[in-house]
Amino acid sequence: MTREEVFDKLNKVFADVFDDEDIVVNEDTTADDIEDWDSLEHINLVVAVENEFNIKFNMGEVNSFKDVGAMVDNILEKLA
Amino acid sequence: MLEELQYPFDANYILSKKKKLKRRLLEQDTEFIDKNIAILGGYTTSNIKLIMELFLLDKGIRPSFYESEYNMYYQDAMFPNKELEDFKPDIIYVCTSNRNITRYPSMSDNSDTIDELLGAEADKLYGIWDSLSSRYNCPVIQNNFEMPLYRLLGNRDAYDIHGKTNFLTRLNMKLYEYAGTHDNFHICDINYISADYGLKEWSNPFYYHMYKYAVAVPAIPYLAHNVANIIKSVFGKNKKGFVLDLDNTLWGGVIGDDGVDNIVIGPEESEGQVYLEFQHYLKEHCDLGILLNVDSKNDYDNALNGLNHPDGELTPDDFIEIMANWEPKDSNFDKIAAKLNLLPESLVFVDDNPAERHIVASQLKGVSAPEIGEVQDYIINIDRNGYFEATTLSDDDANRGKMYKENAKRANFKSSFADYGEYLESLEMKAEIKPFKSIYMARIAQLSNKSNQFNLTTRRYTLGEIESIADDNNYIALYGKLTDKFGDNGVVTVVIGHMVSDKDVAIDIISDNGLVCDIDLWIMSCRVLKRDMEYAMLDTLVAAARKKGIEYLVGHYYPTAKNKMVKEFYNDMGFDKVSEDEEGNSLWLLNITGDYKKQNRYIKVEEY
Repeated sequence: MTREEVFDKLNKVFADVFDDEDIVVNEDTTADDIEDWDSLEHINLVVAVENEFNIKFNMGEVNSFKDVGAMVDNILEKLA
Repeated sequence: MLEELQYPFDANYILSKKKKLKRRLLEQDTEFIDKNIAILGGYTTSNIKLIMELFLLDKGIRPSFYESEYNMYYQDAMFPNKELEDFKPDIIYVCTSNRNITRYPSMSDNSDTIDELLGAEADKLYGIWDSLSSRYNCPVIQNNFEMPLYRLLGNRDAYDIHGKTNFLTRLNMKLYEYAGTHDNFHICDINYISADYGLKEWSNPFYYHMYKYAVAVPAIPYLAHNVANIIKSVFGKNKKGFVLDLDNTLWGGVIGDDGVDNIVIGPEESEGQVYLEFQHYLKEHCDLGILLNVDSKNDYDNALNGLNHPDGELTPDDFIEIMANWEPKDSNFDKIAAKLNLLPESLVFVDDNPAERHIVASQLKGVSAPEIGEVQDYIINIDRNGYFEATTLSDDDANRGKMYKENAKRANFKSSFADYGEYLESLEMKAEIKPFKSIYMARIAQLSNKSNQFNLTTRRYTLGEIESIADDNNYIALYGKLTDKFGDNGVVTVVIGHMVSDKDVAIDIISDNGLVCDIDLWIMSCRVLKRDMEYAMLDTLVAAARKKGIEYLVGHYYPTAKNKMVKEFYNDMGFDKVSEDEEGNSLWLLNITGDYKKQNRYIKVEEY
């Protein structure tokens, strides 16, 4: 899967979780950029991303995602 | 009703699409009842609330939530809480887990110390529930405890008093003792559903340490569904019966093609055993008063032959209505509901054929037609939907099937009379109409939550409210129990009125200073329609009101989608209409100071 394809899928996940079809995330997107992205929604996002890509993050990974780009790095690593 | 929210559901789908699902539920043409639900959590409850909301909306309940701050369940329950008081909860859910246990036994503790520990843990919970019930007077739902994630003593953990497994099991028994003696208290059995889900995934520590969820996020829909089922049952939204297909549902094969000797049922071989087990499962429902009916495309005689099969457990006597013909299934379903005086949505459709399920579910609003899967899955897929969640059990439940069958007999008997009065006469009816009695409180509360059609105001009462009304001298509260030559119908009607002075009632025509009885609730079970029971109730109500020096009865009719049958009820009862607004809410008045002629002619009523 290419980086672009991962972003495509992620956009769909974000659109579902935040119920906003217009959301487009990029490398630098963080929780500050999306209004409803608080700690309670974060868990839903993590679970939805895990389901979409059929992967599991560990605690260290979840804590280390500083932006969406870092999450994509990790997803690509897991899919490789 | 959304298919996505019926068991077996896709929990991940529900979690990620919850906002979209909520929007779709609110767009549906549903007549919601509004309820205030307080969640007092021992861990993070945000997702539990959000997913519970979906399941409740799907069942016709629109919740407003109070959610305690993180792990503040104890403080919220034990101490005065203005916010919660103002919220006026209709139900309180205490959502805790074994993470909330204060202290487990240690290996050096002796049995007295462990008993003390157990007592202290139980007393903490008893204190919470007693405090909640005295402050808020509403039903309480409490999670029991799931089993521990690890067993320090291995298998010994189960039976040794030092084991966590043993300790939690004993503590759960303490919860059940309380539940057994408190009607307004319900256990949410997470011990069962965590096992059903898989304990090690349910208690996956990742979600606790990352987000302080003591239940894994992917398991939350199962928890929320379970709680929503209890809540819908408390508010009278349980299903009341099954409408069952025959071929490949109650037995294997097609009786019309294969002949009665060749259908697959009974202990002889594996497939027949599975169908037999399913028949047994259905038969067990009869003891709970769940009504069984047949809706089958078959010749009637073939259907009866199949049900009389000696190796089957069900017999034609277990069913109230058997519709076996070549009419579309939705039209038969509708007729069955009408014959039972029930709304179609109170019945569950069980059919192996997806096309039939689709036509019934799409033609009849609110009918559940679960995807039952393969025959070995039928029981699980029906059971997990929680259609009949038994939050109350009254003697009436056990007798309901019998009563419906007696009703069917009455209907046959009816055709042989010259006029209706002669028929009523012949029923030899006797009624007991009296102030609320403790043995009937549960049934009265149940009736107030279940009656939709013959219900003038559609006010719902919890058991606690019924009990306080019974003790309040400002209220006239009567139940009516009807017996006839075919049997006992049980408590079938309830009237509640409160006394006010006329100044409180905005009716100009009352000029003097007399007392008025404002009728809050008048309900009757549809199984005794057209028996003149309502006249007997009015006679007794008038007598009771006069004893208290009341001069006027005031009635209200508030229209809903379901209670059109009583729009003119007060008119028929001899009240005068005072006013009616644009929404159809009407106000009625009856002067009871003059000569009052008793209206009931056919029922012998025990002296008030």
